[in-house]
Amino acid sequence: MSEYLPKQCGETLRDHKPIGWDGRTLKEMLEESERLLAETGCYWGLKTLPLKTNEPIRYEKIFAKLRGGLVNARETAMNISASPIVSEIGELCFAFYTPEGDSVALSTGIIVHVHTMSDAIKFMVRNDYEFNPRIRPGDIFSNNIPKIGDVHNSDVQTFVPIFWEDELVGWAGGVTHVTDIGASTPGNVPVGPISSYEDGLALTANKIGENDIVFRDHEIRCEQGVRTPMFWKLDERTRIAGCHMIRDAVERIIREEGIDTFKQFIREAIEEGRRTFIQRIRETTVPGRYFCPTFVDLLFKGEKGLPDYAAVDTLSHAPLELTIGPKGEFHISFDGASKWGYHSFNCPPSAMQGAIWVLLTQTVIPNDKVNDGAYLATTHEFPPFTLANPVVKEAATGAAWGFLIPAFTGLVRALSRAFFARGYVEEVLSSYGMTMNAMQGGGKDQYGRDTGILNFEVSCQGVGARAIADGADYCAAMWNPEGNMGDAEVWELLIPFIYLGRCVKPNSAGMGKYRGGSGYASLYAVWKTPDLVMQNCGDGSVFPSPGIFGGYPSASGYRHNVLNTDLLQRFARKEPYPCREDDPADSEISRLVKGDHLFDCRTLNYPYRMNHGDIYYSIYRGGGGLGDPLERDPALIEDDLNGGFILPRYAESVCGAEVRRDESGLWRVDSAETAKRREEMREERARRAVPVRDWLVSERERVLAGRMVKEVRVMYNQSMDLSARWGRWFREFWRLPDDFRFSEADDLPPGESGA
Amino acid sequence: MPAYDRETLEMLLDGKLPWNEVRAIMSSFKDPDRFDKMVEIMQSRVPWDDRILLPLGLHLYIASKPDGSRVVKCDCGYEFGDWRQNWKLEALIYVRDTEEKMQEIYPPLMHSNPEWIELREYYCPRCRTQLEVEALPPGYPVVHDFQPDLETFYKEWLNRDLP
Repeated sequence: MSEYLPKQCGETLRDHKPIGWDGRTLKEMLEESERLLAETGCYWGLKTLPLKTNEPIRYEKIFAKLRGGLVNARETAMNISASPIVSEIGELCFAFYTPEGDSVALSTGIIVHVHTMSDAIKFMVRNDYEFNPRIRPGDIFSNNIPKIGDVHNSDVQTFVPIFWEDELVGWAGGVTHVTDIGASTPGNVPVGPISSYEDGLALTANKIGENDIVFRDHEIRCEQGVRTPMFWKLDERTRIAGCHMIRDAVERIIREEGIDTFKQFIREAIEEGRRTFIQRIRETTVPGRYFCPTFVDLLFKGEKGLPDYAAVDTLSHAPLELTIGPKGEFHISFDGASKWGYHSFNCPPSAMQGAIWVLLTQTVIPNDKVNDGAYLATTHEFPPFTLANPVVKEAATGAAWGFLIPAFTGLVRALSRAFFARGYVEEVLSSYGMTMNAMQGGGKDQYGRDTGILNFEVSCQGVGARAIADGADYCAAMWNPEGNMGDAEVWELLIPFIYLGRCVKPNSAGMGKYRGGSGYASLYAVWKTPDLVMQNCGDGSVFPSPGIFGGYPSASGYRHNVLNTDLLQRFARKEPYPCREDDPADSEISRLVKGDHLFDCRTLNYPYRMNHGDIYYSIYRGGGGLGDPLERDPALIEDDLNGGFILPRYAESVCGAEVRRDESGLWRVDSAETAKRREEMREERARRAVPVRDWLVSERERVLAGRMVKEVRVMYNQSMDLSARWGRWFREFWRLPDDFRFSEADDLPPGESGA
Repeated sequence: MPAYDRETLEMLLDGKLPWNEVRAIMSSFKDPDRFDKMVEIMQSRVPWDDRILLPLGLHLYIASKPDGSRVVKCDCGYEFGDWRQNWKLEALIYVRDTEEKMQEIYPPLMHSNPEWIELREYYCPRCRTQLEVEALPPGYPVVHDFQPDLETFYKEWLNRDLP
């Protein structure tokens, strides 16, 4: 957002003719658009949609041509990239924007960028780029700064202005997720930076080319600034080629339809998007307040080389609150969120908007007419100085996803409560699985080249359980519904690892009447690299994917990597080696490999050295469960057991199933015995449980005495300090004194508190 | 706009509708009479006569009683009190706050640090169904998941008086 960076005015260059419509500057157009929306409630004051109303077929044809141009640009351009993130996984998208920066239509792909590129264009407009450095036909601009408009620094954006005669008619925008961004630690979701000065290459909405040619100095800067310059260069060409294809498509539409019709169309399309979103909310949800807090663990205690204020373990609070108003108003608040921190998980508002849009397009508006009209129909509250709006310039943002992926499971649960109440049970989902472990690292690959690693197997996780069925197993990421785990053979070409195994991870899904989609796990041997550091990135101390309606959260992750192994000797002796770890209580890795086992819940690490023959285990997560597991159909439990989705002892302890193997070795559930056992378990529940009101009495004493670990007390203090409203709610619930606060004020890290 | 018969919706609700039919429903425009039809199905399945005003979960409803009061009610008939207060306050609770209790549900290392995040299981006091599971830090207030604006929903969205 523009307030993060100094305003640049360029007064001396104002002798150029404005490039906005009807002799206006772009900034004047943006201000007028915002004024008309505020005054009329409609985009550009459009109370009627004459083109759509009077010529509906023509209107839809123009939309189809534009959307087709965007999808075509994506599908063609992605073949230019050599990066598996783009060419295999499809981590790119393209969009078309109005001159003042509102998105009109979007391609398929990482839909997260409906509004992020809009923020970046508006940043350029507000900072008078029109006059300095000027916006002319053939120019190319690039941005990767979330505080300007992006999700995280590795999503690199390219913009090409599109002119018709002397006027700017819009912008083509493209984004790809690059392999490495040149941060202080390798990879493209760098966990190492503790300030923005370590986030890597910074493209602050820069002009990077003219006359359709990229500046050579920009190319040299990028070659020097990232670890994987070849992938970077081809990704940039991918984005530029896509933008130029969009420019061709837009110019073709204008030639066919006329400039006045095109101008009218793009505004009507956005106003239609705004109205459609509100209508959809009223059709499918229930007005009211939905509150769905989730929590994020940041584990940096003991990391060598970090200053003491950064080398801390932190429990972070993401109190998502959704309010749906009488007219379909859609307001998301993170009031009470934890303080920003000295790590790279800080999420500027543009990143938060990215998460909102990637989820709303998979829930409320799963269609091709997605644009900023829907954004204009929503409001949000991201309180300053929190992880949801760090404000301060030095806050690192390279791994913003690390906060927003867990933070937004609450939005899915909130919408699901609404869909269920409305009777649309087919739309209900429990929490999606975290896209973790984000296996990251860098150094030299097996060919001796510099490399930055993030295995995009993370784009394939378990989906939340549904109200009518189990969640889908290992198939999607919350940020990319077209998720794909990629071919093992391709990853082996790109990463100095070989696969020892890749299979279902039992018990990774949350249990319930319907279980979440299962995660899976990959076991790798580090292979023929002379120099490699690796890290884990994921939850290990919290449950970021809670269940719903009585279902359990999906499992947390853990780490099991082995250094200084005897794997190579085992290979030479043709002895068994591990392929999987179904049950950490009976670890195949521990049984079959000697070495230094890092076998714990430290799932977020700084990079550490790994050598040829070491073992790295990556667990990909499952989705949350739905409903009481004692209601799970015995036939589904048989499928779970025979498919390796749950370990037999949990079929018994969680679902009350009486299980045995038949003569063919298949698991069977005895339905009659299971029914009896479930009745006993319901009685056990009654014996061990207490009335909530009795429990609250003892819990209040606990809160008053602060009998909880320091990280929890610090989290509460931060929320009370940063939000008077949240603090009042907390104190009123427990009937605490008005000035109640835990004693850990001196444990808060330094920096601006905002309190 | 599509409309589905009761048999289809019952199969959908019970998870028995073939996937290709579910997918067709998901990809289509929404059937505007769904709310009334689903409530009618749910009403026919509960062993009590109080009128269901809004489903809250697999077993919970807001229901209107003959005396005009509105309560949160389990399908077994247990009443959790006024619909505006959090029904969880009238439930039974069991808290998993140790590794031993966590490992009845999860393998070792695959659960939260119970000192950071505990599991709170809420049961119906009558039928002992597990109605919700919260994953919250110790000391976190009981979460009121959903506070519907029932008056607005009926009057302005369904265009009828709230029963």
